[in-house]
Amino acid sequence: MSSTLLISILSMAVLYAVSVLYGAVGEIFAEKAGVMNLGLEGIMLMGAVSGYLVAVNQKNLGLAMLTVVLVGAVLGLIFAFLTITLQADQTVAGMAMLTFSTGMSGFIGKSVSGVNANLAFEAISIPGLCRIPILGPVLFQQNILVYLMYFIIPLSVFYINHTRPGMILRALGENPAALDSAGYNVFALRYAYVVFGSVMTAVGGAFVSLAYTNFWSDGMTSGKGWIAFALVVFSSWNPLTAVFGGLLFGAISAIGVDIQTLFPAIPSQIFATLPYIATIIALVFTTGNFRNRRSAAPAALTIPYDREKR
Amino acid sequence: MRKFRYEKRTDVSMARKILNPVFFVLLAFLFCALLLGAMGFSPFAVYGKMISTIFSLRGLTRSIEAGLPLMFTGLAVALGYRMNLNNIGADGQYALGAIFCAGFGLYGPPMPAVLKIIVMFAAAMLGGALAACIAAVPRALWNVSETILTMMLNYVFLNVLNYLMYGPWKELNQMVAQTREIDSSLWLPEFGNTGISLALLIAVAIAFLLWFLLKKTTWGYQMEVIRRSPRAAEYAGMSVKKNIISTLCLSGAIAGLAGFAEVNGVLHRVQADLPNNAGYTGIVIAFLAYLNPLSTVLVAFLLGALQISAVAVQITGVPSQVATMIQGSIMLFVIAGEFFIRYRLVKVQKGEAA
Repeated sequence: MSSTLLISILSMAVLYAVSVLYGAVGEIFAEKAGVMNLGLEGIMLMGAVSGYLVAVNQKNLGLAMLTVVLVGAVLGLIFAFLTITLQADQTVAGMAMLTFSTGMSGFIGKSVSGVNANLAFEAISIPGLCRIPILGPVLFQQNILVYLMYFIIPLSVFYINHTRPGMILRALGENPAALDSAGYNVFALRYAYVVFGSVMTAVGGAFVSLAYTNFWSDGMTSGKGWIAFALVVFSSWNPLTAVFGGLLFGAISAIGVDIQTLFPAIPSQIFATLPYIATIIALVFTTGNFRNRRSAAPAALTIPYDREKR
Repeated sequence: MRKFRYEKRTDVSMARKILNPVFFVLLAFLFCALLLGAMGFSPFAVYGKMISTIFSLRGLTRSIEAGLPLMFTGLAVALGYRMNLNNIGADGQYALGAIFCAGFGLYGPPMPAVLKIIVMFAAAMLGGALAACIAAVPRALWNVSETILTMMLNYVFLNVLNYLMYGPWKELNQMVAQTREIDSSLWLPEFGNTGISLALLIAVAIAFLLWFLLKKTTWGYQMEVIRRSPRAAEYAGMSVKKNIISTLCLSGAIAGLAGFAEVNGVLHRVQADLPNNAGYTGIVIAFLAYLNPLSTVLVAFLLGALQISAVAVQITGVPSQVATMIQGSIMLFVIAGEFFIRYRLVKVQKGEAA
């Protein structure tokens, strides 16, 4: 394989991985806190469209990202209110969030569908590091949202496993009653993590529309929210493992695109199914409960906390 | 300072169970009116147009036509939830059902028309069941999330459908990505000139059959036990695995029948992106119908009406995605409203601890 082809595949894989990692890392935090949000795909779409709308109309990426964060926070608050305060079934509430935000993204995004924003996060070369053969152009000629992810991953691993708030977070999803007895506000903490997860997911959506594919059309995240959701289970709730999963699906997707140019006779739709089939296979092999292996899922995941039932 | 607290209701009247969601559905429409207003559309004009579209004979028949595939996907989703199985793959099952059904209709061996229709019916069920089975087996045997599996399979089967529509099955010399029409001898009979075919009766019959199976048979009883406690079911000697596989496959088969209804009853062909998110709407329907097969048919009809009215408001410049937005809002508000079926707000009296 020529090195330019290899570089192209690998940098596409990195972009793809980052596009699903924002949502995956956010969802890891929310699920560690005991709340499962099935609406990731919808929240990504809302992030993608709101960022793109501001980019087209205001020509300002900073303002666009600020809007995306706000939109993510509002959607997170709605979901938190339903599942934490009103103790709604998380699967049903997630499907409702998915339907609402998918519809709303198409609704508000109609005016910019297919419109070129002429504005996107451009790749910035890191002096020195980008000279490393192969890895340089792959890892260090990317846009700022990719670089941000390089910090988010180690920070979140450190936070979850080695800090006191991280310990409280884990307890939130394993034994919220004990945490409540110890004087912590289980409801407020869960709210915070659900909102954080939703904000991260919305940023992931904006990454797709402003730093990856650079356009908006209805439903354009095409399942990336679901792949992010699958990555959480696949990675056993570990952000570092999620990185490898993201890169794996990214590479499969990128190789698909490249093989397609080599074999134009094979229809594009067949290659388009590859990341989904890869997700199915990976999910079965990594989360399948063969020989009664214990699941790594937080014990209180999807169970609403009810003080009366303490 | 006046404060409120929640108090669990001891008994819930039937009237509250019905009126509460109705009230929250109205709230959802009010909320969407605000969103429409915020986007610069007149909610009165939009809702007015929607209402005038639905309340006519033509509107009524078109609502049934649009609601028809939703009846099948709604029933499919409701059946899954009866066992806590989250089948969000009805779109893909519908697609594979339509592929199998139309494939046999277009390329199958010659045979008497009635027989061929029956085989197409079976083929649609088989396609849907097969699509669901791919998710059902890992779910039953190794407890892999059926939610993610069925969702991923949607993307797979929709791509397969579109590959066929743009590729080998495409009608010759046509711009549109669709197959040619199936032979007119295979079309289901229509009621007068309404555009409503026999497929509606099939949907209603399946709803009654499911209702009967769930209420009156041991199979329905087993499902109820498994939903409440898989472990208790296991101790009682029921095979949870077998039940998961059979339920999900049956759910898929019903979703696949949406393909039969469209291919033999409405379009008389398959086209690209045929399911058009009917599977996701099915989730909303199943939830709003409280998983009852009979009310599923009714709710599917109502959401069918919502969909055709959303298409009609497009001429006023409102994107048709408004239908999905309203559906999602309805679901969000009704979920929020459920809390007030279980609890009531009471004022905290003076001197009472909050």
